[in-house]
This record gives sequence, C-alpha cells and structure tokens, in this order.
Amino acid sequence: MEAAMGLMRRIHPKHSETALSALLSLLPQHSSDLLSQVDQPLRVLSDMESGNEFIMCEYNRDADSYRSPWSNKYHPPLEDGQQPSATLRQLEIEANDVFAVYRDQYYEGGISSVYMWEDEDNEGFVACFLIKKDGSKTGQGRRGYLQEGGWDAIHVIQVGPEDETMAHYCLTSTVMLSLTTNDESSGNFNLSGSIRRQMNLDLAVTDGHLCNMGKMIEEMESKLRNSLDQVYFGKTREMVCTLRPPAEVAQLRISETK
Amino acid sequence: MSDEESDQQLSDDQKLEIAKWFLTNSPAGEIQYISKDIRSVLMDDNLYNKAASEAFPIYNKNHLISIEMPNRSGDVVVTTFAELSDTEYLDPRTAQVVVVDHVKQACIDVRPATDDELCSPYIEEFRCDLDAEILKYVGEAYKKGVCSVYCINGKDAEGPGLDFELSVVINAARCSPQNFCNGSWRSIWNIEFKDELQVVELRGKLQVGAHYFEEGNVQLDASYECKDSTIFQSPEDCALSITNIIRHHETEYLSSLEGSYLNLPDTTFKDLRRKLPVTRTLFPWHNTMQISLTRDITKELGIK
Repeated sequence: MEAAMGLMRRIHPKHSETALSALLSLLPQHSSDLLSQVDQPLRVLSDMESGNEFIMCEYNRDADSYRSPWSNKYHPPLEDGQQPSATLRQLEIEANDVFAVYRDQYYEGGISSVYMWEDEDNEGFVACFLIKKDGSKTGQGRRGYLQEGGWDAIHVIQVGPEDETMAHYCLTSTVMLSLTTNDESSGNFNLSGSIRRQMNLDLAVTDGHLCNMGKMIEEMESKLRNSLDQVYFGKTREMVCTLRPPAEVAQLRISETK
Repeated sequence: MSDEESDQQLSDDQKLEIAKWFLTNSPAGEIQYISKDIRSVLMDDNLYNKAASEAFPIYNKNHLISIEMPNRSGDVVVTTFAELSDTEYLDPRTAQVVVVDHVKQACIDVRPATDDELCSPYIEEFRCDLDAEILKYVGEAYKKGVCSVYCINGKDAEGPGLDFELSVVINAARCSPQNFCNGSWRSIWNIEFKDELQVVELRGKLQVGAHYFEEGNVQLDASYECKDSTIFQSPEDCALSITNIIRHHETEYLSSLEGSYLNLPDTTFKDLRRKLPVTRTLFPWHNTMQISLTRDITKELGIK
C-alpha cells in the first residue's frame, strides 16, 4: 500500500486515472484503501428533472446510481437508495444553493454539488463540497487564455456533535488542476498536479454550520490556490532556471571564471 | 466499494504491461524510485525483472540519460542515434563504444570503436567542429549539461557532392530528492546538409520537465519545435553558425517559458479560479439566508 501511494505521488498527474485503475487491478485487496486515499478527477452527470448538472463521487453513490443534490433522486433510478435525514437534507438544499453562488463569484462558471450524510461513528455528520471548473477556451474560461484547463476541488468536512455551543470541524481538501497554453512562439506549456491539506477548528455554532463550513472552505481554497501558484509552480520554475540559468546569470558566471 | 474485488485475476502479461507502463512513464530522474515501488507492488521478482529489462532501455533513450565512462572519458549519452545494439552505445567524441547496463544505468565495458562504426574523415571534420562549438555553448548555457553530436545519415561520404545529416543532443538534468524536486531539459537538433542546394536545414525539438512533490505532486511539461536554416560553408563556419542558431532558439525559448510563468497569476490561472470573488470581498457566509432568497427570486423571475 505504501509503495502504491509512492507511485501515485510520482506518476504524472495527467496519468493519475490510468495509474489508479492499474493499481486497483494489481492490488484488488487494497481497493477500498486506494479509492479513499487517492482522489480521482470529478465526473459530471445531468439531472434531467431540474435541468442542472451534478457531480458524481463516492459520497452520493449507491450501487451504480448517483443521487442528484437538486432533485434528491438517484440516476439511474434506484429504489431505496440511501438518503440523508430530513433535517440534514434541509441543510443540504441550503448548502447547494449558497455554494452555487460562492462558486459563481470565485469561478465565473463551473459546477458545484454538496452532499451530506449522518456520521454513525460520532453522532455528527459529514458534508462534501465539490467544484468542477473547465477553464479552457472552449469551456468556461472567460478570458480564453487556456488551451485546456481544469480545476477539481473536493472538500470533506466532518462535523462533530454539538457540545453546548461549540462543534469540532475537520476539513480535508484536495485540489487537482491542469492548465495548458499553446501557441506558436512558446510551444506547449502544461502545469498540472494535486495537493491535499487538512484543517481542524472548534467553532461556535451560533452562526450555523453552513457559515462555519463555508468560511473554512473559502480560507482553505485561497490557501491552496496560493501555494499552488507561489510554491508549487514557483518550484518548477526554479528548477528550469537551475537547469539553464537565464542569460544574466550565465553572463555573470562567465565573467567570474575569466 | 470492494464488490468487484477478486472477480478476475490479472494474467502475467497484463501485470507486465502495467509494470512497464509505470516504468516508462517515470518522471525525469525517478525511474529508480518507481522501480522500487512497482517491484513491491508486483510481489513477483521474475516478472519485475522482465518488465525492467524491457522498460529501462526505452526510458533511458527517451530521457537521453548520460552514463559516466571509466578512465575519465566523460559521459556517454544513451540515445537511439548512438545505438549500435541493445546495449552498445557510441561516444563519437572519444571514438569509443560503451556497453551499458540499462537497469543499473551504468557502464559495464568500453572498447575503441571500429572504423565501420565511425564516420568518414570528411564527415568527421563537420561533426568534430560542431561538437567543439556545442560543447563550449553547453558549458556556458547549462549548469550541468551533457551533449553529443552524431552523424545519422550519410556517414561514409568521402567528399563533397553528397547529402548528410548530423544530430545534436543536449541533456541537462537535475535530481534533488532531498528538496523533493527533479527536472530535465532535453534538446534534439537534426541538421541536414544539402549539398546540391548548399543549405543546411535545422529542426529542433526541445522538451522541459520539472516535478515538485513535497506534500503534493505538481509537474511542468513543456515542449517546443522549431526550424531554421543557414548556408553550407566550411566545417568550421558551419559549426559556428549552427551553434549560433541553436543558442538563439534555446535562449528565446527559455524567455518564453519565463513569460508563460509570468502570465500565470493574473491571466491563465484566473480562468480556473479567481483570487477574490467578482465582488472583491470575501464571501458573506453570515448572510446566507439573504443569498438563498435572492437566488430564489432571481430564479423565479428569470433574471440572471
């Protein structure tokens, strides 16, 4: 299992789906571990009834069907599919509405879905917030800079039971992205990758769970975006400059050795 | 989740293919780590050895890896241009043939090249002069670059009147696992000397990759192709003008890479996710009731 995770950490992110399915077939005994530890690119299904698209993941799946957060129905139809309790469903409806507005403001497009379910282990509940954005110029890239571009965000929050006025929130977030620019003068340029981080907070429940979870997700997304931009992309750029130092540096080195 | 487990066992051939896929798709400088992991996933040493013996040569040639020769002869570059047999690679600079252990990525043996394996004195003059210029250029431009020049077509031409083709290979790689970062720059230049037209045509293919994997996995993948030409001159003048062309294109490419990076924060990345919402203030989570209501109303009235 450790070796399998080592492979996933090294293989190019564009191959991660192929790599995961290869590992699943090599290590069928570890399939549930692999599926829970390796994030897969998000896929989308259309809810005919509401005319909205929704995101498929392990958290809205029952057998081979996926529950739409808009109509609360399984696609393809499934009798006795798992459902959240009525109160939780109410929060889920609200969360989907609000999160769609949040998504619009940050992503200027994209698809979002929120799923919730009771957490049997600790009397609380779990919520999963998902966003998928196609930023390519043929997709929803407003500015048209990207030949190809995708951003998938997965936020899973475990909410502990309320203790008087406080609750414990444990957020695990993953962002997977890929961006490609392509033009004659600079050729093909692709950056892709994924990072995962965790955040734990105890918060007062007076503002409501949705407000608390939303703030955590917003903070986390900004952090992740920032470290991808500054740290991860920055490191690959540094590497390129190490391989072939830009002209000024090279000039300096030559004059030093003279 | 695990309903499908054990419904079908993979055949050895399928496992072999998977192992080879992982190995040949290893990022620059990481095949040894991948092979360690795939070996323990396979749990079958015979199968692993078979996969390694088939996949390493492909990876080594793709990545133009360089292998140190004994007796301080420098490095030999593993490339199809230098390949005499599965394990033998020519180093034209020292006129030696190196026997390579692909899996260990090490040199087993060195012998002098035979006359048949080398090019004619007429071609060698072009090759050797170009090699000297390229060597100088790579020393200046790259931090740890390795290069080689091969004749890949018409190596037996005894004098003017015939076409021939040289190939310049440049590789600069850096592995820094303690910093969770690896990368490589690869250039392949095909240079056709056209006798009748008295022109020299160049085709370049540059590939740059970088991998940063501390608490994540982010990779850069960039490639660029270009063409240029110059006039057919004496070996010495050809070497100079070809090297100048290569230097020019590679320098330009490096600055366009820099440009792509500079564009990231404000243009390209913004098409995926903005730094701040369109409203330029943090999202009003405390006011969500309001938001749902407005959304409902706009939906109902059909305004958007």
